[in-house]
Amino acid sequence: MSTNTQNSRRDFLKISALTGGGLLLGFSWLETDAAIPVAITDLLAAEKKGFNSYLSIDTDGVITILSPNPELGQNIMTSFSMIIAEELEADWTKVKVIQAPLDTKSFDRQLTGGSGAIPHSWKRLRTAGATAKYMLVQAAANQWNVPASECTAKNGMVIHAQSGKKLSYGSLAVQAAAIEVPKNVPLKDRKDFTLIGKIVKNVANKSIVTGKPLFGLDFYREGMLYAMIQRPKAFGTKIKSVDSAAAKAMPGVVDVVVFKNNVAVVGKSTWEVNKARKLLVIEYENDGGTPESTSDHNAIFSNLLDNGNVTVKRKNGDVAAAFANAAKIIKSEYQGPFLSHSPMEPMNFFAHVRPDGVELVGPTQTPASARSATSKLLGIPEDKITLQITRLGGGFGRRLKFDYVVEAAELSSIVKAPIKLIWTREDDITGGSYRPAVKYRFEAAIDSSGNLTGYKCRGVGINSGSPTREDNFPSGAIDNLLIEAVEHKSAITTGAWRAPITNFLAFAEQAFLDEVATAMGKDPVQFRLDLLARAKSNPVGTIKYDIARMEGVIKLAAEKSGWGKKKGVSQGFSVYFSHASYVAQVCEVIMQAGKPVVKKIYAIADCGEVVNLGGARQQVMGGVVDGMGHAMYGKLSFKNGAAEQNNFNTYRLIRMKDVPEVEPHFVNNGIEPTGLGEPALPPTGGAVANAIFKATGKRLRNQPFIEDAIFKTT
Amino acid sequence: MPIFKLSINGKQYQPDVAEDTPLLWVLRDHLGLVGTKYGCGIAQCGACTVHVNGTAVRSCVLPVSAVKNSAVTTIEGLSANGDHPLQTAWDEVDVAQCGYCQAGQLMTAAALLKKNPHPSSEEINNAMQGNICRCGAYHRIHEAIKVASKKI
Ligand code: FES
Ligand code: FES
Repeated sequence: MSTNTQNSRRDFLKISALTGGGLLLGFSWLETDAAIPVAITDLLAAEKKGFNSYLSIDTDGVITILSPNPELGQNIMTSFSMIIAEELEADWTKVKVIQAPLDTKSFDRQLTGGSGAIPHSWKRLRTAGATAKYMLVQAAANQWNVPASECTAKNGMVIHAQSGKKLSYGSLAVQAAAIEVPKNVPLKDRKDFTLIGKIVKNVANKSIVTGKPLFGLDFYREGMLYAMIQRPKAFGTKIKSVDSAAAKAMPGVVDVVVFKNNVAVVGKSTWEVNKARKLLVIEYENDGGTPESTSDHNAIFSNLLDNGNVTVKRKNGDVAAAFANAAKIIKSEYQGPFLSHSPMEPMNFFAHVRPDGVELVGPTQTPASARSATSKLLGIPEDKITLQITRLGGGFGRRLKFDYVVEAAELSSIVKAPIKLIWTREDDITGGSYRPAVKYRFEAAIDSSGNLTGYKCRGVGINSGSPTREDNFPSGAIDNLLIEAVEHKSAITTGAWRAPITNFLAFAEQAFLDEVATAMGKDPVQFRLDLLARAKSNPVGTIKYDIARMEGVIKLAAEKSGWGKKKGVSQGFSVYFSHASYVAQVCEVIMQAGKPVVKKIYAIADCGEVVNLGGARQQVMGGVVDGMGHAMYGKLSFKNGAAEQNNFNTYRLIRMKDVPEVEPHFVNNGIEPTGLGEPALPPTGGAVANAIFKATGKRLRNQPFIEDAIFKTT
Repeated sequence: MPIFKLSINGKQYQPDVAEDTPLLWVLRDHLGLVGTKYGCGIAQCGACTVHVNGTAVRSCVLPVSAVKNSAVTTIEGLSANGDHPLQTAWDEVDVAQCGYCQAGQLMTAAALLKKNPHPSSEEINNAMQGNICRCGAYHRIHEAIKVASKKI
């Protein structure tokens, strides 16, 4: 049994004055160590101390859990609650989960991104559940006048086996609130888990399938106005003149206002606003430089790869000598386009800027940053701004940016009315924050004895930040290695897109390693295992990945997929480490009518302890579908600063028929949970490309794959 | 603006809207039936799917003036208690991720099963090809349709 000993008493509260009686436990998420309860006599005191995050047990046994992190389909409301319920020994059917509003005093890291929520909260959630259980057990023991050690808790009941007595949590809630809060509570041994690791259905299923108003776009407030903004169609341009007379004359239009580079139409319904916006006559002019086109980017990439002022990100050994002495040099370039996040629910937000404060409601991955940006912009203190988080119709990183929140707030402050700002799909796809376009040049040196002696990767991205992950595999396994990065600054805006950078880099690297393995006459799986063995026995520089975990997923992927033993299919392999997790994939391709068809992808994930097997499978399968969809079809190109695709008729997303079978597996090694929202995506492009090479002899080095000649009808 | 007489989920409504207003926005902005979702506005994603006289229709491109006396069913009216075989199958299979596309997926699937209660995998794929799920829940959508089809 593991016991948590590092707790301080001050950040976990017991509040006895719960309306209607019952046990209410507040726990702060502020501390890095898991929290421990403190007794507090009334709710007011709790609020004074700024703690009001809680799990509560009503006298009727209903357990209410407040879920702080934005829910965008990663199923956090379910898995957070499972972790608490596990330690609490709760009756799962009595657990109710509520989305918490933004509350930086009670919660920390109230954001969704970086696959970090479960790893971050694992211990504190368990402690919260275990503490409540301890108090319930003690309350029952007191009542029966028996030692607590003779009592057990299970399924929402405390049981005294010797006497056969039982009491429900609901009936114990009031007495439990009077128990002194324990300092150190034991946590369960993972072999005793009854909920964690099982398939538990999404707590929001019923609301979703019956069409309940869960999302930001569904939010309605009496008297609110609808708004759309016309933003410049081309990046690198600004407004020269606006003629809004025709738009203003349209029925339902309340106002047309110009702010920054925006022309906003405000009116009584979405449709009327949308129609009027089309009648705006806006002239734009270049804002400094010349707006860029994709054709310019191709030239910029080549130039930067050849002559760019690169930053060395990692260097081991003597790379020049390794290449000078090489018997064989393999050199390849990989290129990926801009991508739009296009979550199904477009950007939207409700804002009501009143004289006494601001109300914000809507879908955001970063509520705290959205509020602080609003506060700065409007000069209104943060404590006068409330932010209610609605369910997010997807995020994929787009809602880490809060541009649309601030727009809504600014517009509400200008028109002095509650407004709901809506982006159309066209606004979304043409509106920026893209996955940056990138290009990589890889080089490998093989000596006369057939050893891989040198490795280079130079990455260039457009507003990409650093396009490399220099400490990732195969760094540490090759004597002479050079990783360099260079960036081109552009007016086209970019942002984090699910598995930032690695969403393309993993494909490029894993496809290139496949090229190297082929050139060396090695099996791609064995090649990687050999490199890892080298990194383990004789590491080159620092190693920042876990060799054993990576080996683990590689071996399990080979086993589950029957690697190298299957007839009639061409297999491709890929493995990647991101967000502290490891995922290996094997893709199987067959030829149909002369074209490669992806039939199946095995995905083996080591994300540590799997909390909800159902949700985990969703993340892995969805990640694979997402990875494959964008590798195959995703492309956003530019002409004179303007996106050339603007809706799903030209910007292709993967659909049901395009989806291969996906078989997920998890390495059940019992280590604490690591990320899972993103790690399954990066390996997919590589596995697919490598399988297609096996099937066709053709290397795919550019995305989207669909543009390659092998997919064209002959 | 003209007043339209609409029959939605068995109830009568009389919204006062411009005749070119797509049914989607009448439902969402004027009648408070927000279960039907906006995803693209150009009949490409299926998020806005409703039934008009039992047929799956993209409400984002259907002007309210074209609805006339047709019976409209939205996700809110698919079943009285959220227990249409597809809705229970969706829960059983635990289909949804973000959930935003699911009303549209369900309405497309419901129209399919009405016409063809036991569709083959290929028929399911064909019927569902117009519905995008950005979260990539396609495997479970497909499976849930099969599960539901066994119940009817
Ligand atoms: S919103 Fe109607 S099909 Fe996309
Ligand atoms: S569940 Fe998110 S778009 Fe389908």
